[in-house]
Amino acid sequence: MYNTRDRKKFVGKQDPDGAQIHSKFQYAHRLNFYDRPPLYDVTIEEFETCALDRLRVLAEIESSFARNRPWDELKTVTLAQCQKYVPLNNNTAITVDVDSQRRNDQLGHFVLRLAFCRSEELRRRFLKAETTLFRVRYDSDDRKERDGFLGSRSFDWIEVGDEEKNTYAKELQALEIKKPGEEYVREERYYKVRWTRVPDLVAKRKVLLRGGWAYVPSREQSSIIFQEFEANLARALEHTAKALPRMDEDTRLVPILNNLSQGFLAGVPSGWSSAPASGDEITAEMVDGIAKKHFPMCMRNLHESLMRDRHLKHFGRLQYGLFLKVLGLSIEEAVMFWRKAFSGLTDDKFNKEYKYNIRHSYGLEGKRANYPAKSCQQILLTDKPGPSDCHGCPYRHFAPENLQTSLLASYSSHGLTSTDLPEIMKTVKEGHYHVACTRVFEITHASKGVKKGEGVGGGESVTHPNQYTTRSRELEKSQEDAAMVVE
Amino acid sequence: MSLADTDASPEVMLAFYRLLYPFKSVFNWLNHEHTPTKLFTHREFAFTLQQDVYLRYNSFNTHDDLKKQVCALNPTRFEIGPVYTARPRDKKTVRSAAFTPIKRELVFDIDMTDYDGTRTCCSAADICVRCWAFIAAAVKVLHTALEDQFGFRHILWVYSGRRGIHCWVSDEEAMELTDDQRRAVVGALTVIEGGKEMAKKVNVRLGNKGLPPSLWPASETLRLLFDPLILRDQDVFASESNWETLLQLVPDSTITEKLRDKWSNDPARTSSTKWSDLKRAIYKAYDEGSPEFIRLTNALEDIVIQYTYPRLDAEVSKHRNHLLKAPFCVHPKTGRVCVPVDPSRVDDFDPSAVPTVGGLLREINENGESGGEGTDWAKTSLKPFVDMLDRHTAGIMDDVRRSKRAAAGSDLSW
Repeated sequence: MYNTRDRKKFVGKQDPDGAQIHSKFQYAHRLNFYDRPPLYDVTIEEFETCALDRLRVLAEIESSFARNRPWDELKTVTLAQCQKYVPLNNNTAITVDVDSQRRNDQLGHFVLRLAFCRSEELRRRFLKAETTLFRVRYDSDDRKERDGFLGSRSFDWIEVGDEEKNTYAKELQALEIKKPGEEYVREERYYKVRWTRVPDLVAKRKVLLRGGWAYVPSREQSSIIFQEFEANLARALEHTAKALPRMDEDTRLVPILNNLSQGFLAGVPSGWSSAPASGDEITAEMVDGIAKKHFPMCMRNLHESLMRDRHLKHFGRLQYGLFLKVLGLSIEEAVMFWRKAFSGLTDDKFNKEYKYNIRHSYGLEGKRANYPAKSCQQILLTDKPGPSDCHGCPYRHFAPENLQTSLLASYSSHGLTSTDLPEIMKTVKEGHYHVACTRVFEITHASKGVKKGEGVGGGESVTHPNQYTTRSRELEKSQEDAAMVVE
Repeated sequence: MSLADTDASPEVMLAFYRLLYPFKSVFNWLNHEHTPTKLFTHREFAFTLQQDVYLRYNSFNTHDDLKKQVCALNPTRFEIGPVYTARPRDKKTVRSAAFTPIKRELVFDIDMTDYDGTRTCCSAADICVRCWAFIAAAVKVLHTALEDQFGFRHILWVYSGRRGIHCWVSDEEAMELTDDQRRAVVGALTVIEGGKEMAKKVNVRLGNKGLPPSLWPASETLRLLFDPLILRDQDVFASESNWETLLQLVPDSTITEKLRDKWSNDPARTSSTKWSDLKRAIYKAYDEGSPEFIRLTNALEDIVIQYTYPRLDAEVSKHRNHLLKAPFCVHPKTGRVCVPVDPSRVDDFDPSAVPTVGGLLREINENGESGGEGTDWAKTSLKPFVDMLDRHTAGIMDDVRRSKRAAAGSDLSW
């Protein structure tokens, strides 16, 4: 699959894995940066099974992200999945054929590269899943073997000398996690790299920056490695994408590759992200009524801000607009709804500046993508609200006092009382925003027979505003139906 | 002919582009060299026409081409985008995968509207000399951070024509940043977070610890500014809703209760007295060095930052393909030219004294046209600003020459 031209290039080079040094194994390390493509013959069956096995692991990682699993849980789940499909043992394991495990790992990775280099979207997702897999393995690797692996590769960092450490002692100490007071700085080793190699640490202000150099403490060293892995793979994927059209038109491989990439796309259930299949359409006039009865706090807030200010800023419009789309508001109704809501604007300004965006979010303009509604995870983590924005998750982005006032104002007619607030505020304080939202759902739907712990059905907690609203409307409908039967 | 300062009618704009706009200087600044490179030829320009029509994906071979097109279309303004892998005007003819933005100055946009709630002199779109102090503070803080921490050297500040300021970083490293890396810069520099309903917008500490070192210089600058700007000039805590916000930021209910009583009984207290009331209350209630005391003094430090730290429009900086108005454009509402601002003298900058398009054309009328179209700016009050850009560009070009020579030198070292 990698043609001879590529092969020649690699033969001439010094083996980057340093595999020959350890004569015991063909693959010296459990971890792999995948610098070397598989340069051996494989059967078509192997080609497919290795890829499928790896795909199972990656799909599990993706769904972990979608379900908002914390890192530790993700790690356990992924390792279990790895054990099942792509086992990788330490060098000390004697009962298993370590080399063939590593060979399959390498093969699977490279086949999936071919399958997933084809579009920007696939590349992005593959990159994220692979980097996560690498992190999981790195975290679980034996310390000694990990050091061996790191030694086998040059990461181009400069160790910071004592003199420089003393110059910045005060700053470095302030960034220490341990208690201040002792001479930690001299003990801790620091590595200097250009800041562009550790953007995650820079963004969180976790490293000292001077003149474009980041002083990375050894405990954050892994950041450099993960970043390197990601950058490497991203570059490689783009190269592969460019070379792909030149790949020999192999009729045996292309269908397999197509299948693989489709499997990945379908792997994670999109759940609440698309419009309802049934004819549950709603009209612009209905929005206000449904808002008062069925909306979660975030959408209540956006709706009320819109009604009050006759305007919403960009991300507010996006969050609310996509939510309404999935709720069943058609494009015509949506234009009507926003036109009415923005009553302070002239028709001309509305048509020029807003209509396009509304149509865009329905996939009718620009690149014509059918954008899904934002999930709680996206609302919580992306596009944080700026100083005068109204979007976001109220449980997270409101000051506690304002949240309590808003909750009472919005839901007291549904049975929420101030005695419920301490419990809700406690979960908010602990950072379990979706739990707080779920609890509010339970309280406000107690009259419909929802009990504590039941969540939005079957103990499930709120993960998507549309899930909240749809469930709320279902409950009302079933109650109405029941009432009709009694009559 | 007498022209009002705010006049930015199509006729006036056309004369401005013909006679005054320094195309050559802007070209040099974008291009980093004298002969056209991809930095210019593969660069997107977007025009906003008089009827609010928006034309994207234009590109030009030389500054004369750009001038010709600008004079033909006579836009109200034009914007500069990224350098793409292909010429933007060929966008429709290349595969979409082969058309991606690759290089772009690192840009920042600061807008006065985001400061509502911490300024009392104006609101929304208005700006006066007094609000400019906020912008000046922002420039100082960001300029220092970009230079000292990120090591950038070619930073250009440009007045946006009405209520804000733009920043363009042209260092080679900055040009090549990926979107992720741009996001990281924004993350490191953004301190004010949380929406309208969040009282406390500064959350940068880990527990009870001090500020992260990257904010020390900023905190130092802003501390000196807080008293003259927030307390005395703006008198921010005069109105009840505003001092109530202040009390919400103090994490100690006994102190805030006491102050609330005191301040509501005496509405004439100035912000300065209220601030010293607050400080005194903290010193009285707790011993210096006790954890509560540290917590409260940290809170005071955070308050200073919340009221004065630069508020970035993050979206502009995060993506390579965001467009930003070109320097020396004219703001259609004010008629003012978007001139470069010297960061070391930003305090003396007066937005209302910026050359306006009407004023400049009057100057030309009085001095007489030279005939050499496009160089007439040299005889007007626009000259010092164009010279400023040229000096800035000379620095960039020096760097490019030096790195080219170094590259050539290493090639020849057999």
